[in-house]
Amino acid sequence: MNLEGQLPALQIVVPLVIAPLVVLLRDAGLAWAAACVTSVMCLAVAVLQASGVLGGEVASYQMGGWPAPFGIELRVDAFSALILLVITGASTLSLLGGRASLAADIADSRQPLFYAAWLIALAGLSGIAVTGDAFNVFVFMEISSLATYILIAAGPDRRALTAVFKYLIMGTIGATFYLIGVGLVYMMTGTLNFADMEARIAEVSDQRPILVAAGFITIGLALKAAVFPLHVWLPNAYTHAPNIVTAFVAACSTKVALYVLLRFDFFVFQGNLEDHLIQFAGFMIPLALLGIVVGSAVAVVETDLKRMLAYSSVAQIGYILLGASFASVTGLMASITHMFNHALAKGALFLAVAAIGMRLSHLTLDGISGIARVMPWTMAGLAVAGASLVGIPGTAGFVSKWLLLQAAMEHGAIGFAAAAVVVLSSLAAVVYIWRIIERAWFGTPEAAESVVGVQEAPWPLLAVLWIAAAANIYFGLVPAVPLDLAASSADELLRHLP
Amino acid sequence: MELLGLFNYWVFAVLLMVGFYAVIAKPNMIKKLLGLSIFQAAVFLLYITMDKVEGGTAPIIQAGVVDQIFSNPLPQVLILTAIVVGISTTALGLAIVVRIFEAYGTIEEDETQSLDLEE
Amino acid sequence: MTAAFAIAAAILLPLAGAASIVLTGRSPNLRESVTLLTAVALAVIVGTLLPEVMDGGRPALNVATLLPGVSIAFTVEPLGMLFAMLASVLWIVNSIYSFGYMRANAEKHQTRFYVCFAIAIAATMGIAFAGNLLTLFLFYEMLTLSTYPLVSHKGDTTTVASARVYLGILLATSIGLLLPAMVWTYTATGTLQFEPGGIIEGHLQGPAVGLLLALFVFGIGKAAVMPVHRWLPAAMVAPTPVSALLHAVAVVKAGVFTVTKVILYVFGIDLLTAEPSSGWLLYMAGFTILAASIVALRQQNLKRMLAYSTIGQLSYVVLAAAVLTPLSEIGAAVHIVAHAFGKITLFFAAGAIYTASKKTELSQLAGIGARMPWTMAAFTIGALSMIGVPPTGGFVSKWFILAGAFQTDNYVALFTIILSTALNAAYFLPVVFAAWFGREAPGQKPHGEAPFPVVLALSLTALATLGFFFFNQPVLDLERQLVESLP
Repeated sequence: MNLEGQLPALQIVVPLVIAPLVVLLRDAGLAWAAACVTSVMCLAVAVLQASGVLGGEVASYQMGGWPAPFGIELRVDAFSALILLVITGASTLSLLGGRASLAADIADSRQPLFYAAWLIALAGLSGIAVTGDAFNVFVFMEISSLATYILIAAGPDRRALTAVFKYLIMGTIGATFYLIGVGLVYMMTGTLNFADMEARIAEVSDQRPILVAAGFITIGLALKAAVFPLHVWLPNAYTHAPNIVTAFVAACSTKVALYVLLRFDFFVFQGNLEDHLIQFAGFMIPLALLGIVVGSAVAVVETDLKRMLAYSSVAQIGYILLGASFASVTGLMASITHMFNHALAKGALFLAVAAIGMRLSHLTLDGISGIARVMPWTMAGLAVAGASLVGIPGTAGFVSKWLLLQAAMEHGAIGFAAAAVVVLSSLAAVVYIWRIIERAWFGTPEAAESVVGVQEAPWPLLAVLWIAAAANIYFGLVPAVPLDLAASSADELLRHLP
Repeated sequence: MELLGLFNYWVFAVLLMVGFYAVIAKPNMIKKLLGLSIFQAAVFLLYITMDKVEGGTAPIIQAGVVDQIFSNPLPQVLILTAIVVGISTTALGLAIVVRIFEAYGTIEEDETQSLDLEE
Repeated sequence: MTAAFAIAAAILLPLAGAASIVLTGRSPNLRESVTLLTAVALAVIVGTLLPEVMDGGRPALNVATLLPGVSIAFTVEPLGMLFAMLASVLWIVNSIYSFGYMRANAEKHQTRFYVCFAIAIAATMGIAFAGNLLTLFLFYEMLTLSTYPLVSHKGDTTTVASARVYLGILLATSIGLLLPAMVWTYTATGTLQFEPGGIIEGHLQGPAVGLLLALFVFGIGKAAVMPVHRWLPAAMVAPTPVSALLHAVAVVKAGVFTVTKVILYVFGIDLLTAEPSSGWLLYMAGFTILAASIVALRQQNLKRMLAYSTIGQLSYVVLAAAVLTPLSEIGAAVHIVAHAFGKITLFFAAGAIYTASKKTELSQLAGIGARMPWTMAAFTIGALSMIGVPPTGGFVSKWFILAGAFQTDNYVALFTIILSTALNAAYFLPVVFAAWFGREAPGQKPHGEAPFPVVLALSLTALATLGFFFFNQPVLDLERQLVESLP
């Protein structure tokens, strides 16, 4: 019984088991500490798994000893490992730095419940990444979603409640669509295991239920992933959630839905449905482009910081989808690398916003006038993260943007138009990031009374922000690990194309 | 006739659309949650009816009985899980509605939207 | 000291200097000494690379590989060597000038100024030694970002608005045009490496070549080819040492350096000569020269006139590169140097005039030669260099460009150069005459020369401008290597 073999299961079991224990704790500080320790352990497990799959191996674990495809199999390959790093990394950083920010938003007596919900969300998201069974994905997806609803609604802002209600309705519809799709596939193939589905679906691929299933699954996951035009729940949910929760959720929740979408689509459908590649690309590329355009356009005119970054996320999700819809090695590499890099950049940006939120009450462009004079370290971290979002060379965002442009240009005429859209939205990103930076540094004096007496953010949050910002630069200059994982993932996903 | 033989799918489709309509069209949040429950119930029916084998019985092994045709147990198990998920979602949704009522004084979506916009 | 170490040191030393300046910010004298020491050390280190490059060697350094074919690597070749030496030597002079200027005008935020200056120089070294398009792009953006705080130094509303134009145009062109051009090059050829003779040959033909050239030339906004030139006049809100840096030491030089490098090492002379679709560059450069000169004629503000003069002079380099003959390529490289010396002298003089008398408009300069003889002598030398009159450096480069244009009977280039020389004379000479022979307006406050460091700096650069006319052989030898392979 070696530890390495148990890692996939540990990834889910550790947070899931500790969560109810955290509920029993009375003290808020203790609950936070327990959550942190758990998150760090999950991160360690994820790192171990990532190092294990760097060579291209796949870790497989059979739940309860039942052999696949009869039992539930946990399969960790390069793609899963990358997503796990994103999830656990975001959770750890947000928790480590977020104590003071969360304590300001949530009553002490409620905090143990909050941290328990956080751990359940962590378990759910990790579960989606490690499982190899389609229905299991549904279960974990709903576990993580329910926990996320609790996290978002935990803050003092009442608009979070209406935002969560909308998110709940839309998210449940999405999950239910996914469930219908899985049911139809099960009906036709008799299996729920991804690997097995892949083999069996070839026999029934020309029948209509499979096509319908593909449609339901795609729409359902698109709802969860906030693909345009099903993104309407995202801006409100991100804006009104407690700041640290936004940092965690923005970094990973939509990425995980896209992970499932890509996996299902490439493993199961692409190789087996004829013309599916064209249908997929024809459906996804316009939606991705629209998402990029609309997201960037609204972000440029927004004045509320969190809402601006939320719409920016809609555009970035468009990037990820665009890369994937090219269905080439470069395209998928761009897409998967961007999942990692965007999590780094957006996570760091929201952490910086959380830091500012600890000292100011209005997170708007006017509210942060001149704040860079009193919070220079925070704003410097925000500037680095903003540069990564824009894609300045030397930052992580540049690597994925390069790959995306390369994939677009390899794709022919449509690709050049797509490249133009990506470039224009990068310029839009320059504009909206620049507005924040310029206002913070060159803000006019009349708004400066709000910054009188404001100090720098508390050091744990600052430290975590700077770790994230430094990671942006590190992975911009030494992107070997994410690129290796992305390349393995892309190869694996494209293995099935005819 | 094919159509009649597929009537379970017709029921599923009708319930699905009824639920979906309620979710989209009704401004009252409780009604939305009701619609959501109907929506999910339609999916449960889809799974359960798909696994019924003609002439099959409940999938429990009885000692001494051989050559028994069973209905497929797997979708039934899946649906138990999905029902649990659905209940949790409904419970959470209702809790949120209670909180919304405490915070806004109304549970009509258009009214809460206008209150939100005023802020 | 190995060459690889020297390359790394050339970039790291100014950054280390920047850090030291932050630490010594409290004591101005110590801080200025750190700046000066770093500048001298940098010039020495860059100088150690010179012998090897003169001999034909190409020292290289590979730092990191991001993706296959996309890496951060440095290669020192003649053009880059020239640029690096120019920038490092002029940094010394500019620093001396800055000490005098910033103190005399009691500017605020001086530490931030010197720190950003050092970072900008580090970026310039990176651009000069870049071995492939990605490395160049990385340091090019670093240069834009590090010069922004310098341009917006004053911090008031108009300055910030103008600085926004500066940043906006440079970032928009680099991300919007240069980046796609780079990705397109990589997609077509599989590499971004600078190779003598270009990398595009055989991979792209016809209109695609012209289009790609357009993306590159307009994407390199720092070269100020019209219509992406607006940032240069907008950047005049900066303090004069910054203007000198922008116009002579680093920013615009980085722009035309990059354009020349792209023409020589990405496209290759042979490809561009063979492809008719790239002929538009000659006309665009010619248009920019003439249009800029005409606009300069109408300027009343001294610095704005110099800004438009720079736009014209930069396009001399682009024009020379676009003529595509060996002599004109040498002329392009030499003009980078000659213009640098001349323009920095002119800006130093403008700053000296402002420091001593707070005068900024041309109309106010009548008779100032009597009060500020050293300054105006330097200004005259600089103006003559811009016009291209012997015995100034500007004559040498103009000679080579004209000779190159003659080689291929390029009448467009010849005509442009002759006409623009006349226009340059038309807007510079009146200023010079008025300064020396004009009568000072009554009721002016009396003033003397600018402070000593200021005058020292501008005298040095004026001497260099003159000296370049006589002692230019090493530069010519270095640059002949650029065109060795051409007929």
